[in-house]
Amino acid sequence: MASSSFSSATRLVAEREIKATLGTKGFWIGLGVIVAGIFAFSILPTVFGNGPDKVAAVGPEVSRVLAGADLEVREVADVAAAEELVRSEEVDAAIVPDDSGDSPGGVRVVALDNAPDDIVAQLSVAPPVDLLDPAAVGQGERQVVIMVFAVLFLMFGVGGIAIAQSTVTEKQTRIVEILVATIPVRALLAGKIVGHALLTLGQVVVVAVATPIALGIGGQAELLKVMAPALGWFVPFLCLGFVLLAAMWAVTGSLVSRQEDLGSTTGVVMMLVMGPYFAVMFFSDNATVMTVLSYVPFSAAIAMPVRLFANEAQVWEPLAALGLLAASVVLIVLLASRVYSGSLLQTGTRVRLTKAWAHAD
Amino acid sequence: MLKVTTISRSFGDHRVLDRVSFDVRPGRMTGFLGANGSGKTTTMRIILGVLAPQGGSVTWNGAPVTQPVRQRFGYMPEERGLYPKMKVAEQIVWLARLHGLTEEQANTNTSRLLEQLELTARADDKLEALSLGNQQRVQVAAALVHEPDALILDEPFSGLDPIAVETVLAVLRERAAAGVPVLFSSHQLAVVERLCDDVVILSGGTIAAAGARDELRAQYGSARFQLVVGADAGWLRDHPGVRIVDLDGPRVVFDLTDTNGGRVDQQVLAAALRRGEVRSFAPVVPSLDEIFKEVI
Repeated sequence: MASSSFSSATRLVAEREIKATLGTKGFWIGLGVIVAGIFAFSILPTVFGNGPDKVAAVGPEVSRVLAGADLEVREVADVAAAEELVRSEEVDAAIVPDDSGDSPGGVRVVALDNAPDDIVAQLSVAPPVDLLDPAAVGQGERQVVIMVFAVLFLMFGVGGIAIAQSTVTEKQTRIVEILVATIPVRALLAGKIVGHALLTLGQVVVVAVATPIALGIGGQAELLKVMAPALGWFVPFLCLGFVLLAAMWAVTGSLVSRQEDLGSTTGVVMMLVMGPYFAVMFFSDNATVMTVLSYVPFSAAIAMPVRLFANEAQVWEPLAALGLLAASVVLIVLLASRVYSGSLLQTGTRVRLTKAWAHAD
Repeated sequence: MLKVTTISRSFGDHRVLDRVSFDVRPGRMTGFLGANGSGKTTTMRIILGVLAPQGGSVTWNGAPVTQPVRQRFGYMPEERGLYPKMKVAEQIVWLARLHGLTEEQANTNTSRLLEQLELTARADDKLEALSLGNQQRVQVAAALVHEPDALILDEPFSGLDPIAVETVLAVLRERAAAGVPVLFSSHQLAVVERLCDDVVILSGGTIAAAGARDELRAQYGSARFQLVVGADAGWLRDHPGVRIVDLDGPRVVFDLTDTNGGRVDQQVLAAALRRGEVRSFAPVVPSLDEIFKEVI
């Protein structure tokens, strides 16, 4: 009887949280920004980037040299005309004959203010390269994946502040007294965490559906293929990581009595969300730091999937990190529920953590 | 029956409640009186489990009040509060379900109660769009929607206009008549006087007086009478066993100085009839206001 009323109370609270959040504009704007960002990230480089470089060529000799290169060639009459085109930036560079003997190809490259390395490379003869220990993924792809995971974690982590806001609303309007008189405080906390975790999961699903579509349109199906396994690990890490943060967000809300005071308590949790984001961004090349970060519960959600993506982690490692994360979720939720119930009915000034801890009935 | 037995509670060094005991009997409206800071709200919060007592107990039909029992209570806290951005009906239905009702029951009870409280037209408005008085009615609905086994209402009439007071009163009376114990605090002694069957008066964290309203009146009433005769009533000054409280032409209020002697009131009446016309002769019953001032 008691347990069934606990679970039905939790479900009702979660339902209300979800409904209330879906009714706010901010939620839909946030989700819209994420989806738009994914599409922009996948499609824009193909639209704006990388057409072949434009060059002006002088004389038949030069045109013969350029024959095999991936360049858009405009033939002009003389060097002066070619230089004019460079100056007016209608072409990226001019290729002109060179009789001085310094150039093995017999051509000289004229550019405006920077040596056009891409074009020079096309005109050079590159020696063959053998890699003894080839990386599974390129540096560029790795950066993209780190960006995507870190930004998603940041957005959902910060989104957890909705839990703090809803808790303060209940304290500020004093409905909390009716709620506490009716259902167990822990059911109230559980309902909030479950409700917002489901909302986050729902958004993750939207992202998971939107990403392949966006990458497909952007012609980057290859990247999707290498990202898929890491993305698969990212989802459970993100969900557990969210619950961890959610419990802490709820506590920050329960310590104050007015929305205006929320800023004074959310700092610590904000740091726990931002910290991993910056740590992974800065230390992504440092294998030791990344290994540590992939086990720390707050940064595991980003660091471990990135290491998996780069093939730097053993198979058992994500499981161990997930276990560690789950254990800290249990611990933090237990601690949080005690502080939460101790501070929920205290109004007025900010409640000290120690007082809330001692006050739990 | 809801029974409060020797509950105590301190905040820091300040003892707010000291061994407070009283009963809230089924089917009766119990008025809970006391000056500001006398401990009424703290007592109600302890009954609802919002605060823990430091010693003493609260029982419902002889068993301790646990969470499932409490879930069937109706509570209106002193500091009002509901979700401002939630629609009225949706909010009441949600609270009803939180109290353990099925969705169907919750819907039925909500529409009936909104009808009774004349809020049907506002059912789909957000709470914050309502006037304060109407928000107060919604608060009443929130306390009653699950047909509670007991009602604990902290100042249920404050902020209500006289018509709304009558509307809410009618609803509360209906619940009491159905056998529900109702405990409500109020500063409006006239309302309590008219409404309640039992009275509990709290003073400085202890019970100053408790019992049925009429018994309390008899207990605290002195032997005081009012006599109105046809002519001047000044002759009563010389009557033995009588002390004049107020004399105004034909109207006189007097106390009996010798209550053990018994029949002095009848002697006064007989004397008055001998002298001529008697328009009225009646004992003066103390108002709750007077009892209240006397005990605290």
